[in-house]
Amino acid sequence: MSRYRSTAKTAARTYMQPMAGWWTKNPYFVRYMVREGSALLLTAYALVLLVGLWRLSQGAAAFDAWRAALASPLSVVFHAVGLVMVVYHSYTWFDVMPKTAPDQPIDPKLITGGGIAAAVAVSVLILAALLWGAP
Amino acid sequence: MPIDTTTRTIEIECLRYDPQTDTEPHFSSYQVPFSDDMSVLEGLQYIKDQLDGSLTFRWSCRMAICGSCGQEVNGVPVLSCHTFLRDYFPHKLRIEPLNNFPIIRDLVIDQNDFLDKLESVKPYLVTKLEKPLAAGPHLQTPQQLNRYYAYSQCINCLLCYAACPQYGLNSDFTGPAALALLHRYNADSRDQGWQVRAEVINADAGVWGCTLVGYCSEVCPKAVDPAHAINQNKVNSAMDFFGVLKLMNKGGTE
Ligand code: SF4
Ligand code: FES
Repeated sequence: MSRYRSTAKTAARTYMQPMAGWWTKNPYFVRYMVREGSALLLTAYALVLLVGLWRLSQGAAAFDAWRAALASPLSVVFHAVGLVMVVYHSYTWFDVMPKTAPDQPIDPKLITGGGIAAAVAVSVLILAALLWGAP
Repeated sequence: MPIDTTTRTIEIECLRYDPQTDTEPHFSSYQVPFSDDMSVLEGLQYIKDQLDGSLTFRWSCRMAICGSCGQEVNGVPVLSCHTFLRDYFPHKLRIEPLNNFPIIRDLVIDQNDFLDKLESVKPYLVTKLEKPLAAGPHLQTPQQLNRYYAYSQCINCLLCYAACPQYGLNSDFTGPAALALLHRYNADSRDQGWQVRAEVINADAGVWGCTLVGYCSEVCPKAVDPAHAINQNKVNSAMDFFGVLKLMNKGGTE
């Protein structure tokens, strides 16, 4: 109970607005929920990779079966959606980065932009190395 | 651009709630003539003066500094004296009291919960030793001032609390403005109060109650950036947990 007393005589009968469906009421909150939700897909993708590692430990046949399963249409759709979500998640991650850093004398957009540029550069490098190394 | 003084008419829908007769709120609609220089607050005042004297809302300074006139306009928390009717025309406005607070009547909310939280962060300088008057003023460099200046601009308007779903879902959360003010004093070179504020900041309901939705900083009319104040202190709170702050001699007063 607050030690502050309302001066309104009728304050005892206040009305509290319900929270149900709060995140649908503002586009800002919808984007927040997509940001948080995209982490679930990230986790799912990480689990798929872990399964691959586990199958690899069981030998070449098991690993090939796992790779074959990845080629199914369902898996391709999952990976396409996953890619979009991971890209969005990375963007939001750098977007909020200035808020988690100590006070900086530089424009927060530079922190966000720098982070995104670094992520793009590393992704391109890895992709190039993979294509290079592919038979 | 010259001000357009021709009068147009805009529809304003207001949430109405009379605790003596209503069990839940409803909306009343008003046709309000307005000119280009009229704020949303002036629209409400027109309703109260000309159309319905029972409409209840808070205001004082009419110049975005007292923090009394916060309302939800079309679901966005704003200072109604700092928002203009012309920006909504030809659409209508739907005005509600600030989200996440109990409604006392119409557009008036009960702010007591915030006052408790504000008090809990000890929003004043906490020093180890009282400095004698004879020792002269406590000087600060511009850099030292910069470290807390933005956070000291808060006018306690509570728009950030209305923008915070975590506060709406769990009102134990200390919330944006109070935590920003907590940081404002911790960041002040004259203050040594980290330890006496540590319990509030380190709690689940302290900085860790924030999931960085970030909308508080969007709606703040004074560019306080409470989301930044809170989230940079997750690092400080973690360092405090591992005893690093003490090592860095930032612990302050026991
Ligand atoms: S931090 Fe900004 S939005 Fe929140 S109470 Fe202070 S001035 Fe208002
Ligand atoms: S009336 Fe003072 S802030 Fe709007």
